[in-house]
Amino acid sequence: MVNVSSFSKISELISMAGENKSNISEIVLSCEAQKMQKSKEEIFNSMSQRLTVMRNSVEKGRKNYNYSVSKMVGTNAVKFDSFIRKNTYLGGMVEKAICYALSVSEVNACMGLVVACPTAGSCGILPGAILSVSEEMKLSDEKIVMSMFTAAGVGMVIGNNATLAGAVGGCQAECGSASAMAAAAVLELMGGSPDQIGHAIALALKNCLGLVCDPVAGLVEVPCVKRNAFGAVHALVAAELALAGIESVIPPDEVILASYEIGRLMPKSLKETSEAGLARTPTGKKIESMMNN
Amino acid sequence: MESVFDIIGPIMIGPSSSHTAGALKLASMARAILGDTPTEVKVNLYGSFAKTYKGHGSDRAIAAGFLGFSTEDERIPDAINIAANMGVKVNFVPSNISVDHPNTLEFEMTDKSGLKVTVQGISIGGGNVIIKKIDKYEVNLTGNYETLIICHKDYPGIIARITQIISNKNINIAYMYVSRLERGKDAMMTIETDDYIGIDVYNILSNLSDLNFVKIIHKAQAGG
Repeated sequence: MVNVSSFSKISELISMAGENKSNISEIVLSCEAQKMQKSKEEIFNSMSQRLTVMRNSVEKGRKNYNYSVSKMVGTNAVKFDSFIRKNTYLGGMVEKAICYALSVSEVNACMGLVVACPTAGSCGILPGAILSVSEEMKLSDEKIVMSMFTAAGVGMVIGNNATLAGAVGGCQAECGSASAMAAAAVLELMGGSPDQIGHAIALALKNCLGLVCDPVAGLVEVPCVKRNAFGAVHALVAAELALAGIESVIPPDEVILASYEIGRLMPKSLKETSEAGLARTPTGKKIESMMNN
Repeated sequence: MESVFDIIGPIMIGPSSSHTAGALKLASMARAILGDTPTEVKVNLYGSFAKTYKGHGSDRAIAAGFLGFSTEDERIPDAINIAANMGVKVNFVPSNISVDHPNTLEFEMTDKSGLKVTVQGISIGGGNVIIKKIDKYEVNLTGNYETLIICHKDYPGIIARITQIISNKNINIAYMYVSRLERGKDAMMTIETDDYIGIDVYNILSNLSDLNFVKIIHKAQAGG
């Protein structure tokens, strides 16, 4: 029986899972139930409800053309979905991850219903990764919901030791965190050990360090929507690397602190203010002035 | 980050947890502080809200908050029209005045009786918000707890009287904040509690002398 009350580091999650001979997801679920004074079943059902919302946004995004207020995005998921129905180059798991992440992210950009995870700007990464993997591996909904607790545990550690806000830490805080969360969830679905999950988190986050947030016209569209597709695949790569026994030299908790340091050192102009980078390119400026008129 | 659902959540209409869901939550809390759906609101948009509110649908989300919609209500994209049809006038005014926090909103609300309340708040990311000011008073409210807002006279013992009533009802105080403009004049107390604050508490407090404003905001009214 898992009886734990709180965790503040990835290393604690891993050691608690080891001591209790359980998955990280069970540790996170038990902690939540104790903290919120609710039954595990009740907490599980709330998470399950979020899985349903994620699935609905995937279906909506890849089936319907939709346009965001700026018209910059809204049709990519449909395009990609119809392409992979006739062609395959990267293989089913990767292609579905791309397609689902685009779908959810475009539904978000078009004022549709999504689950922020951890933010709305990065909401396609976790569903893209876990829904593609679970479909390809034919896994039960129960397993998928449990993997979301693992993802949430990772997000809580990052949020409490660093930041999840692009305005504070740049995109590494949003899409980087989402990728690390998704890598952990995917690896649990693939049967990886808690130790391997720690490495997957570190690998995913390390490769996003320094990622800036420079959205065109300040909107959650360019580069965000396509970055969600890359982020989902990124998570799959980190998970499989770790599953193969490849280790991160820098442990996950140290990578998280490094990401926070890098975020603080990053200039404000590259943290969601649209004062530099893609937002200030000639095309970016043109789109911004169109939006303001 | 206290809960897994701060991370996997909120369930929300996009595109931005801070500029759409957060904006809605601020408006919902402002509406709860007013105590009624306003008939007229002037929305002052600062910082990044001033620059990006249209593209983020912050205007529609704010209108939705004043109508009492939740962050997951699929009517949000159409909320400005719905508000207009219900006789709720919402006027958006982007401002370039510099503010402490990049994501700041201010609502100047009027209800049907003519009561005016101004509420200022910030959206801090992931759909989380903090109300920073009610009229002239500085506050610090997240909407994540049951909340009691009390305007009272500033003199020794009044805080103890109020907290005693709360403690008698076995309600645990999580956070508490007292602010005043001047010694011995009016002050504002905000109390965030873990337990539900019932109408019984409201009735006792409203009958106390030296209190001129008592408002309860339930967790569920924060639009989450």
